[in-house]
Amino acid sequence: MTEAAVGPVAPDPRPEVAPASMSARDLLSEAVAGIFSRPGRTVLTVLGTVLGIGALVATLGVAKTAGNQIVGRFDELAATSVVVTNEQGFFGGGGPRVRIPADAEERLMRLNGVTAAGSMGSVDVGGALVRSVPIPDPLAQTEFQMSIYAASPGLFDAVRATLRTGRWFDAGHSERGDRVAVLGPGAAQRLNIGRVDQQPVIFIGEDPFVVIGIIEGVLRQPSLLNGVVIPEGTARQLYDYESASTVQIDVQIGAASLIAEQAPIALNPNEPGLLRVQKPPEPEDLRRQVESDVNALFLVLGGVALLVGAIGIANVTLVSVLERVGEIGLRRALGAARRHIAAQFLVESTAMGLVGGVIGASLGVLVVVGISAARTWTPVLDPWVPLAAPLVGGVTGLLAGVYPALRAARLEPVEALRSG
Amino acid sequence: MIAPVVELRGVSRVFPAGDVSVTALVDADLVVEPGDYVAVVGPSGSGKSTMLNILGLLDRPTSGTYLLEGIDTSTLSEGQRAGLRSRRIGFVFQSFHLLSHRTVLENVLLATIYNRMPRSERLPAAEEALRRVGLGHRMDFLPTRLSGGERQRVAIARAIVTRPALLLADEPTGNLDSATGESVLAFFDELRNDGLTLIVVTHDDKVSQHAERQVRLRDGRIERAA
Ligand SMILES: Nc1ncnc2c1ncn2[C@@H]1O[C@H](COP(=O)(O)OP(=O)(O)O)[C@@H](O)[C@H]1O
Ligand SMILES: [Mg+2]
Repeated sequence: MTEAAVGPVAPDPRPEVAPASMSARDLLSEAVAGIFSRPGRTVLTVLGTVLGIGALVATLGVAKTAGNQIVGRFDELAATSVVVTNEQGFFGGGGPRVRIPADAEERLMRLNGVTAAGSMGSVDVGGALVRSVPIPDPLAQTEFQMSIYAASPGLFDAVRATLRTGRWFDAGHSERGDRVAVLGPGAAQRLNIGRVDQQPVIFIGEDPFVVIGIIEGVLRQPSLLNGVVIPEGTARQLYDYESASTVQIDVQIGAASLIAEQAPIALNPNEPGLLRVQKPPEPEDLRRQVESDVNALFLVLGGVALLVGAIGIANVTLVSVLERVGEIGLRRALGAARRHIAAQFLVESTAMGLVGGVIGASLGVLVVVGISAARTWTPVLDPWVPLAAPLVGGVTGLLAGVYPALRAARLEPVEALRSG
Repeated sequence: MIAPVVELRGVSRVFPAGDVSVTALVDADLVVEPGDYVAVVGPSGSGKSTMLNILGLLDRPTSGTYLLEGIDTSTLSEGQRAGLRSRRIGFVFQSFHLLSHRTVLENVLLATIYNRMPRSERLPAAEEALRRVGLGHRMDFLPTRLSGGERQRVAIARAIVTRPALLLADEPTGNLDSATGESVLAFFDELRNDGLTLIVVTHDDKVSQHAERQVRLRDGRIERAA
C-alpha cells in the first residue's frame, strides 16, 4: 500500500468474512426448476416469443427465398445483354454522333466475357421503296416502305436470331460489298418471298439484292423482324453508311456489369463517356430490393410480435416474482444475496426467451420450407438467421426480466418472509 | 476463550411509520454462549420477531452493536451478511416456508446451494439431515402431502443441513397442534444435546419451558434475563 508511506490509513474494519456465493450451475438448475414448476404458464409465456421469433425467421426466409426465386426466374436473356448506342442523350440532340468503328465486333470479341457482338444501324436509302418484282405491278401493291438495316456478321448471334431458311451473311459478303440481303419475317411476308433456294432478288430502289436468308425470329432488337438487313460493307459502298448506331453484345451471365464498363472504352477509347450503355439490372440489386421490400413490412410485424412477447415475459416474470415473495424471502434467509435473486429471475426469463427463440426459429424455418414447397421454390435462408434467432429470443427474455428481477432483488427479506 | 455465539450491546430498532416511529426494540443486551438454548418470550407485538430478525442478519439494528461469533456484523457488507446466513445460521419459521413444487429432499438441498458446500457432500448431508428428523422415508414426497408436523421437520432438516452455529426459530409450533408441537420441541432438545445453539421465539410458556433460559420482552425491552 503506497498510502502507508504517506500517513496512517484506517484499517479495513471488515473482517475476512466470505460473501455469499452461488455456482452458475446451481443458478441454472434453480432457474430451470422455477420454469418447470409451472409448465402450463411457462408455455403460454413462451408463446409470445415463439410467435415473434417465428415471424422474424419466416419473414427473413420467405423474403430471401422469394428474392432468390425472382433472380432465378430473372430473364436470362436480359441478364446477358449489353447494348451500346451512340444516340445522343435527351438533351444532347443535335450534337454530332460518335462514330462506332467498323471493327466494333472484333474489338468487343476480344473482351473476356463477351460471347457474341454485332453492330447495326438504319441505312438511309433516300426514301427508296422495296419491291420483289422487277417491274411494279399497277394493280397490286408491290412496293413497300421498309426499314433497311446494315448489320455486322456477328449481329446474328448477338441478337440470338434463328433462320427460317437460307443463311446469314459473313465477313466476306461485307468486305466485297456483295449485294445480299437477309429478310425479317415481316418483310419476307410483305415481299411474298418464302424460299431462298432460287436466289430471289429484291430491289431497294433500283438496286437489286439477292435474298440469302429469311429470319425466323430474334430475341433482341425486334425491329429487325420487319426490316431488310444488308452487310455493313455493302451499305457503306452503296449508301454512304457512316456508322452503326447500336451495338448488341451478348455476354456470359455475371459479366454484364464488367462488359458494360469496358465496351465503351473498347469502342471509343478517347471519349467512352459519349456512348450510352444499357445493361441489365444487377441480380444482386434486384434481389436486395425484393428482400428489403418484403422485409421492411414483415420485420416490423415480427418486431411488434417480439415486443409483445417481451412484454408477455416481463409480465409473467413479474407475476411470478410477486407470487414467489415468500420463496424470495426464504432464499435470502438461506443466504442468497440480492444479486443471486436478481440473477435467478433473469436466467429464468432469459431461458424462457431462449426456448421461445429456438421453437420460434424452428417454426419459422418450417414456414419457409412449407411456403417454398407449396410454390415449388427452393427454400433459401441465411444460416445466421436460425442461429441468431434463439439469441434474439434470449436477449428479449433477458431485457424483459430486468425489471422483475430488480423488483425481486429489492425486496426486504423480513417483509418477504412475512408476506410469503 | 471462545466468543459468544451472539452478543447484543444496546441494540435498538426503530421503524419509521409515517409521522410517528415505532420503537420495536429498545437498548437490548444479550449474550448467548455456544450450546445455549434460549427462549424469547413475550406478548404479541413485544418485539420478539424484530430481535430474531436482527440476530438472523435479516435486519439491521438502528443503533447498538451485534457481534455474531465475535464478528461485528455492522461492518459487514450485504453479501458478507448473506454469506454468514448461509453458513452460520439456520432458520425455522412458523409457516415452514417450503417450496411446494419441490420434493422434500430438494427443499433441504436448497440450503446447500448458497452455502459453498461441495457438490458431492450435498446429497449425503441432506439425506442425513432428513433421517435425523425422522423423514428418511419421505424424501421424494412433495410437501403438500405431508402433515404440519412433518413439514416443520423438513424445515428443521433444511436449517441444520449446513451445520450452522445458531438455529433461530420464530414461533416454530405456532401452526401445530400441541402434540405435534411437543414432538418438534423434543427434537430441539435433541439438537441442543448435540451442542447446537438455539434461540426460539414463542409467546407460549409451555414452549419456553424447554429452553434453559428465558428472555422476556415487553414493549421492546428485555424485562428479565433469567
Ligand atoms: N416493518 C415494520 N414497520 C413498522 N412497524 C413494525 C415493523 N415490524 C414490526 N413493527 C412493529 O414493531 C413491534 C414489534 O413487532 P414484532 O417484533 O413483530 O413483535 P412480535 O414478534 O413480538 O409479535 C410491533 O408494534 C410491530 O407493529
Ligand atoms: Mg412475531
